[in-house]
Amino acid sequence: MDPLQSVTAARLAIVAGKGGVGKTTVTAVLARAAIRRGLRVLVVELDGKPTLDDLVDGAEVQHLSASTALREYLDTHGLSRVAKRLSSSGIIDVVATASPGIDDIVVLGKIKQLERSGNWDLIVVDGPAAGHAITFLLAAKSMLSTMRGGPIRTQASEVAEMLADDTRTVVVLVTLPEATPVNEAAETAEALRDRVGVHLAPVVVNAVDEGAHLPVDAAPEGSPMRDAAEFRNARRAMHSAERVHLAEALDLPQLVLPLVPGSVLDSTAVDGLAATWDPR
Amino acid sequence: MSRGPNLAQLLAASEVLVCCGSGGVGKTTTAAALGLQAARIGRRAVVVTIDPARRLADALGVPGGLTNDPIRLPVDAPGELWALMLDPAGTFDGLVRTYAEDAQQAERILANGFYRNVAGSLSGTQEYMAAERLHALHADPRFDLVIVDTPPTRNALDFLDAPNTLTRFIDHPLFKLLMVPTRRGLRVLNVAAQPVLRTIGKVVGGDVLADAVAFFQAFSGMETGFRDRADEVLQLLRSGVTRFVLVTSPRADTVEEARFFAERLRNSRLAVAAVVVNRCTPAFGARPARRPRDPDAVALWENLRELETAADAERANLARLMSSEAIGADVHTSFVPMLPSDVHSMQALDTVRSLLFPASR
Repeated sequence: MDPLQSVTAARLAIVAGKGGVGKTTVTAVLARAAIRRGLRVLVVELDGKPTLDDLVDGAEVQHLSASTALREYLDTHGLSRVAKRLSSSGIIDVVATASPGIDDIVVLGKIKQLERSGNWDLIVVDGPAAGHAITFLLAAKSMLSTMRGGPIRTQASEVAEMLADDTRTVVVLVTLPEATPVNEAAETAEALRDRVGVHLAPVVVNAVDEGAHLPVDAAPEGSPMRDAAEFRNARRAMHSAERVHLAEALDLPQLVLPLVPGSVLDSTAVDGLAATWDPR
Repeated sequence: MSRGPNLAQLLAASEVLVCCGSGGVGKTTTAAALGLQAARIGRRAVVVTIDPARRLADALGVPGGLTNDPIRLPVDAPGELWALMLDPAGTFDGLVRTYAEDAQQAERILANGFYRNVAGSLSGTQEYMAAERLHALHADPRFDLVIVDTPPTRNALDFLDAPNTLTRFIDHPLFKLLMVPTRRGLRVLNVAAQPVLRTIGKVVGGDVLADAVAFFQAFSGMETGFRDRADEVLQLLRSGVTRFVLVTSPRADTVEEARFFAERLRNSRLAVAAVVVNRCTPAFGARPARRPRDPDAVALWENLRELETAADAERANLARLMSSEAIGADVHTSFVPMLPSDVHSMQALDTVRSLLFPASR
């Protein structure tokens, strides 16, 4: 059985989660896992600094920003004069403020173009940070309700179509086995389903401390070995309890990435984590 | 090792403490724990949080959640602890009312669709309003210490660019494009901009653009008030009564973000006054030199070795941060070990407090 089946069956996987849960790690591991299955994979990073460039062996990486996507959009829609005139002084700010969500639409539009190109079997997007994921994915729907016509509306309707089609798009939520991230993941999932209408892939629980219960009695009370074992047991118990809470709050299968204490995230580590998701 | 002020000394001597760092490092918890200790040493502290997790609000004893107005929290201490959750749009509305020439001008602006977009979603607005609120609370006689939990974004410290950021919507390119100053200092609509406006209108829609133009016309005349206020806020941030506490976890990626914040502060000619490292792998003491024979004992010995490796990696990450030129050699660092559960009760918050201030358990 392949734990990643619903992800690899789609053409676009958008990775979402609050800051600090390891969204970038999961993006890299997902991409690498798909490559291990022989797929042609593109990784897309939004804004921010490039962090995925050397993390995924065999993947192509592209960086998209709202301002370049908008300039490209205006250029290809006969509006290059406006683009030029405003590009020196924060073009994106002007247009995005006048009509919030337009920056998200042009970025999603660019992703749609990549998806339609047929150059890749799977595109994995390291989604926008913090709580922005919902507004980002909602942008198409809100545009459709506020705009009556014009090129942006067409763009929005094509994006909305792509997001709603579960053979094309899935969202991969990332969380940690801790109380607050678990609650937030459940809330985000609900909003994504109800308000965006997007299909959710299994939720990824990152940095789970797995392993057997340690026999604390093998060391005398108060000894470093015993204290360390008790600490580790308590943390493992918390992680498994939080996975139960997650299962109760969110009816999605869980994919686990194990915690590797003290490891450095490089392409070898990413490949090692991806191997844990190989088809069984 | 470090001779700079420790957290306890900072807490006693500052009037404003700004907690900065990336998301998920326990910034809100740290801010709340600092507030709790402040109340214990007799100060009247207010904690300004931005979108805190609901459970923390519950933990603070505010069942209905926090609001934009400070709420006094039930703590058993000689001082006081208050908390509020920043409402950026509401704060912005208040500023507009303050600086409008009359109620009509204020209402024209507040009802404008473009203004609602600026107040609700323009990037930087949240940071701008956090700084504005900090200034107002600092002047509020109810409090003698303001603790700010900055937004979990990379541009959280953009308010340090005030007045540039604080007045960014006056310096908005659209405003400059639309309005030309006259000799008498008033601004009039720039006729030359009309063709550009028509083209922008084709992209975003005519009514959206009409709103924007109406907004900038209505706003005309309020710039001076906004700019003066921005200058005052900046002065407060630069004065010695404001200190910056850098919050991080020992993970490689968050340490890298922390270094970004430290450099961000240095670029604004400000300094990190203290570092708080949350979620550290605890030290358990020496591991027996020889690997035991008994299989159960081996498991324990290996576990201790794994945790030592993790702690070593964390130390190496933090050494990279502390060796950064952006952090002074005398900056005090406090370490909070990883806790067995999330901080969502007053009791757990008090545990964090006692770990941050070991001398005053």
